[in-house]
Parts: sequence; structure tokens; C-alpha cells
Amino acid sequence: MANKFDYSDAAVVVVIGSGAGGGTLANELCQRGVKVVLLEAGKRESSATFVNDEWASFGQLAWLDKRTTSGSWRVAKDFGGLPAWICKTVGGSTVHWAGASLRIQPHEFKARTTYGDVPGTSLQDWPLDYEELAPYYARAEDKMGVTRTNDIPGLPGNNNFKVFYNGAKKVGYSASTGHMAINSRPRADRASCLQLGFCFQGCKSGAKWSTLYTEVPAAERTGNLDLRTQAHAAQIEHDASGKVTGVVYFDADGKRQRQRARAVCVAGNSIETPRLLLMSASSRFKDGLANSSGQVGRNYQRHLTGSVYAEMPEPVHMYRGTTMAGIISEEARFDTSRGFAGGYELETLSLGLPFMPAFLDPGAWGPEYASALDNYRFMAGLWIVGEDMPQATNRVSLHASERDQWGLPVPNVHYDDHPNDIAMRTHAFSRGRALYEAVGAKRVHYTPPYPSTHNLGTCRMSANARDGVVNKHGQAHDIKNLFISDGSQFTTGAAENPTLTIVSLAIRQAEFIAEQMTQRNI
Amino acid sequence: MQMSETKLHDTEISPEAPIARGTVTRRGFLKASGLLMGVLGTSSAFLSLAPSRAWALELAVLSDSQGKALMAFSQTLYPHATLDDAAYALVVKALDNSAADKATLKMLDEGVRTLDLLTGGSFLGANAQTRLAAARAMEGTPFFGACRGTTVNNLYNNPIAFAHFGYQGSAWEHGGYKHRGFDDLIWLPNPPESASPAKD
Repeated sequence: MANKFDYSDAAVVVVIGSGAGGGTLANELCQRGVKVVLLEAGKRESSATFVNDEWASFGQLAWLDKRTTSGSWRVAKDFGGLPAWICKTVGGSTVHWAGASLRIQPHEFKARTTYGDVPGTSLQDWPLDYEELAPYYARAEDKMGVTRTNDIPGLPGNNNFKVFYNGAKKVGYSASTGHMAINSRPRADRASCLQLGFCFQGCKSGAKWSTLYTEVPAAERTGNLDLRTQAHAAQIEHDASGKVTGVVYFDADGKRQRQRARAVCVAGNSIETPRLLLMSASSRFKDGLANSSGQVGRNYQRHLTGSVYAEMPEPVHMYRGTTMAGIISEEARFDTSRGFAGGYELETLSLGLPFMPAFLDPGAWGPEYASALDNYRFMAGLWIVGEDMPQATNRVSLHASERDQWGLPVPNVHYDDHPNDIAMRTHAFSRGRALYEAVGAKRVHYTPPYPSTHNLGTCRMSANARDGVVNKHGQAHDIKNLFISDGSQFTTGAAENPTLTIVSLAIRQAEFIAEQMTQRNI
Repeated sequence: MQMSETKLHDTEISPEAPIARGTVTRRGFLKASGLLMGVLGTSSAFLSLAPSRAWALELAVLSDSQGKALMAFSQTLYPHATLDDAAYALVVKALDNSAADKATLKMLDEGVRTLDLLTGGSFLGANAQTRLAAARAMEGTPFFGACRGTTVNNLYNNPIAFAHFGYQGSAWEHGGYKHRGFDDLIWLPNPPESASPAKD
């Protein structure tokens, strides 16, 4: 298909990645009359092509390019070639996400001030606060159709929620089906949830918000979007003045192309985004673009995560219905009497039978493990989403020798749990156990982290250029027409699922970029 | 997701493949190297779905004895007493596919020989405890990793396993669970409307 805009058109803004950050930003820019070339490494699927089949869907949607891992985190042992479970497809990981849409709490934007000097961390306050982001949160919630906002009713709870709710009540928590970007009623030309139970596999009813069938087509209708699929960015180029001038990428035929640009916005998720900046090193920027601080790729955060699965006395069939509509927020408070800084959310979660043996206890085998799987239909499950501590040594870097299909250095993801992370996970596991035992659980399993779905912090925002990569608008401290537009910007991870914040930041960033273009600053 | 142990995309194996549509006499006309066959148990949850109680699985590369030993090894790793052998045969089919690669075939062949050695000559002839000890002795080897990973990825991903473990598979074509039991749990009280509003 012919490109809408010429390779040599230096008036376009190039956005790399079509997920929560890039897809939203591209649409918001197009709505303001800005011409956008949106480069997406994956193919374009649709609700019609999604499959209710866990392994087949994984093959269809997941980012499976070569990656390596190091560090003491268990993911490196269990899933050494797959540090993250994110997507390579139009819509990015908004195709895979479960829909939980929570605002970061005011005190979490001031993590360094609130938590103090936690040894071994690189904690900082965000350069923006809750009040500044609040109006954008409101716009994002409306855009995404978040339940329990904008007069949208909550979702009906499924069987897994019933167990979760009753256990929560017994141990003194309150639970609800939460704030979910899943239609409980038809809204914005999308149907209501059919309780398919395959939220992770791409929503076949379109009830769950994804940029694939909201932001991207809305941008296309403006006539200002040139979406190029199977376009894998390889390098961002700059001129003698240090401004970026365009992006070199491999197209669907594997041919190297160069798209000129007035500005470049990177939203490849927190592994590919710093990788691209590091791969764009030049004689002027020897350590990679926007990296005078040395922070590109550092402070990688992933939420501490972990799951609790419980074998209940009666059948649950947890796989029926929404994968994650159940939230307890009481433990997301700041309260160091628990032995750790930061907090965590507890959220219902289920895996289908095909995935369960691979994840319940990765690598496990034998009669006892098999007996747990025998009780699959009795299982209830929850996921722990907690704030992990930023550490400078947890980082994405370029592998010294391993190369991908384009001959580009593969990213290595290094991660060590901080003692605060371990203390929080231990606490959360025991609370999950108490919750399920309160309603009769016969056996409880502590499931270690899955490959990371919440990848954050590798190009973080900072007030001061020496402490981070971008300012509070996601604009690179070093290069004024280069932006970071995904979760890489997060200064700290907070306890909440990140998508709502990524979308809110993208709406705000689009305003800033359009304004800067009007003022001829970029 | 055992990326180092086995290919991710073993899902091209049709779950129906090993369930023979007729008799097994076609064997002589095919180049099949080995053959696994069996009969679905009369209590099999899958029985009502299967076209026939008899099943047969033709192996392209592996021999009968290799196939039987690998099936028994898979059953040692993930023993489910009442799960039909036909589900385990799917694991063997996936291993047979991977054995098209000569190095993999060699690894599987040597692995089966080692299992026999560890069990006094015949893994198939050994009791469950002896088999388990042999499996423990093999842990950490590429053979063990391939067999374990292939079992994890295949044993639970077919209609036989779905029926056995109580999983209902693809939901889209049935309209999801909105009117099909997503909230049918009755052994605990229903949450209040404030926590869990009624469906639309």
C-alpha cells in the first residue's frame, strides 16, 4: 500500500508504537490537524481475527523477538528469553491488557518525599503532581469508558469475583468490580461485555478499550494518519544542531526506509523505547540519544507482582467472564508499619487451563503439581500489583553480541528484587492466603511473577536534566523535538496498573506538542 | 512458554488428530514409523464428543517403542490417573514432530535408552515409583526439558483435557458466559449491588 505521506515529508510527526501511549498520542495529534506517521512493528489484527485460544493467541499477539535477561529475579530463570509479556500488533499491549484503570494516588507522585531515603533505590518525586494530571485523568476515563466514572455502572462480578469478595469481607477488606475500561453498557459504538473470559487474547466483542479499534481508526478518519504496519524502527537520526530529523526503519518487506520528521515520539514500551535510543548512538551522542544523564534504560520497574491461586471446596470456574474485574485497594496505602514503603492492589485474575501448568509454578512437575491441576475447576485467583522500587542497576541495555532478525543488538533486561519488593510480596502473598482461607480454601499456591506486563521507568521524567531523560511533558531534556510517550516516562511505578496514566500523559503531551509546533519551538 | 525447551507454536496440532475416524489398517499404506493406539475409557468426559472410542496415532519418525516410552514418561511427569491416554498421545505427536530434526531425534532416542538403563532395562516395565526416580535422575537434561516443556504445552491444550479438567475452551462462538454461567456460583453469598452491579 502506498504511503499517505512521502518519506521526505519533513512536516510529519513520527510516532513509534501504536499502544496506549503511541496510539492515543497519534490520534490526539491528528485531531489537532498534525500529520502523523505511525510506525507499528506488528501486524493489524481485529476482533474478527482474535482467537479464544491461549497459546495460539500468544503466537499471534506477543512480542517474541529475541531478548535476554540477567539478574536474580525469578523471571530470568523461568522465562529467560521472554522478560516481558507485551504485544507486537496494532494497538500494542492495549490488545492484551485486562482493563484495570486506576489513578495514581497523590502521595505516589511524591515517592521520594513520602518514602524518604530508602537505601539502594533511585527514588524521585515526579516533576508533576496529581492536581496537574487530574483533568487529563478525567478525559482519559471518558475516552476509555472507565466503569464507575462518567455515570458508567460497574461490571457484574463473575464467580472468581464472588470468592474474592467474600474472602475480602471476612478479612476486613472491601472489594468491588472496580474501575475497568470495559463496557458494562454499550458505549462509544462498542458493545457491552459478553463475559468471554479471554481479555488477554484480544477482546472479540470490542467491549474492552484498545487503541486498535478506538484511537487508531479515529485518527484515520481525520485523514492525517499514515499507519505503517510491520515497520520496525531501527534508528533515530539527528542533524548537526542535535535536533532529530527522522527515523530509519525496516518495512514489511525487510527493506530499510528513512522517514523524515519534524518531531519523533517514541512509544515502544519500556524495553524497546530505551533500546531504540541506545541504538541511535552517534559520534555526537556516543551513549545514545537523550542520554547525557546516563539514565536511558535505567530504573527499569515492572511492578512486583505475584499471584495467589486457591483450591476452593466447591467449583469456581474462574475462567468464565472478565479476567480481572475485582479490585481491593486497601493495601495500596502508604503505611510503613507493614515493613515496606509503597503499597499494592489485589485484583482478580484467572488463567485458562492451557496456560495454568506453565505459570502456576513454572518448571514444576510430578504427582503433587499434577494434583493441583486436577483441581483446576475449583481454583480462584488473584494478582498482586505493587510498587517496586526503582534501582539504577535494574536496566535495559544492548547485548554485546546477540543480534535480532534485523542484525540489531537485542535488549538485555536486568532485574534484581529490592528488599522492599520482597517484603511487600511476602506480605501480599500472606494476605491473599488469608483471604482465600477465610472462605474455605483447601490449598493455596503462591505463583511467582509472570513475564512483565507493566514495564516502566527506563526513560524517566525528572525536574532536573541530570536525574532523568525527559521533562514533565515527556520531552527529552537534551533534544527538544524528541519525546517519550509511553510508560518509560514514569518516574516511579506507583501501585496502580499503568495504562490509564499512560493515556492521560499522552493526551497532555499532544496538547504540548501541538502548542510547541504552533509556537515554532519545534 | 518454555522457550528454551520446546517450540512455542505446537498449537498447529489438531486436537482431533489422534482420534481415529475408522480402523487402523491404513498403516500399511502410510510411511508411518510407529503407531500408538488405545481406547477411550468408558468414564471419559470426552467420550460424548469423540467420534469413536478407539483412537490411533501414527508416528512419522519415532518407533512404536519410543512412542510408548515417551508417553509413559509424560505420564510420569504429569500424572493424571483418570485422564485418557489419548491426551498423552498428543504430547508424543508433538515430540514426533520435533523429531523431524535429526539432533532432536538423537536426543529423544538417547533419552529413552537412558530411561531404560535407569529402570533396570525397561522404563515401560517399571512401576510408578521406579519411573519417578528415573525422572528425577534425568531432571536438568535437555531430554527432560524437551519432554516436560512439550507436555506442559500440549497435554492441557486439547478438547480431551478441557473436558477432563472442566475447562470450556473458546467461548466466542457460544456468546461468552454472560448467559452461560459466569456468575452461577451459589455456595457463597452474592455480593451486594454496590460491589457487583447487575448485568445489562
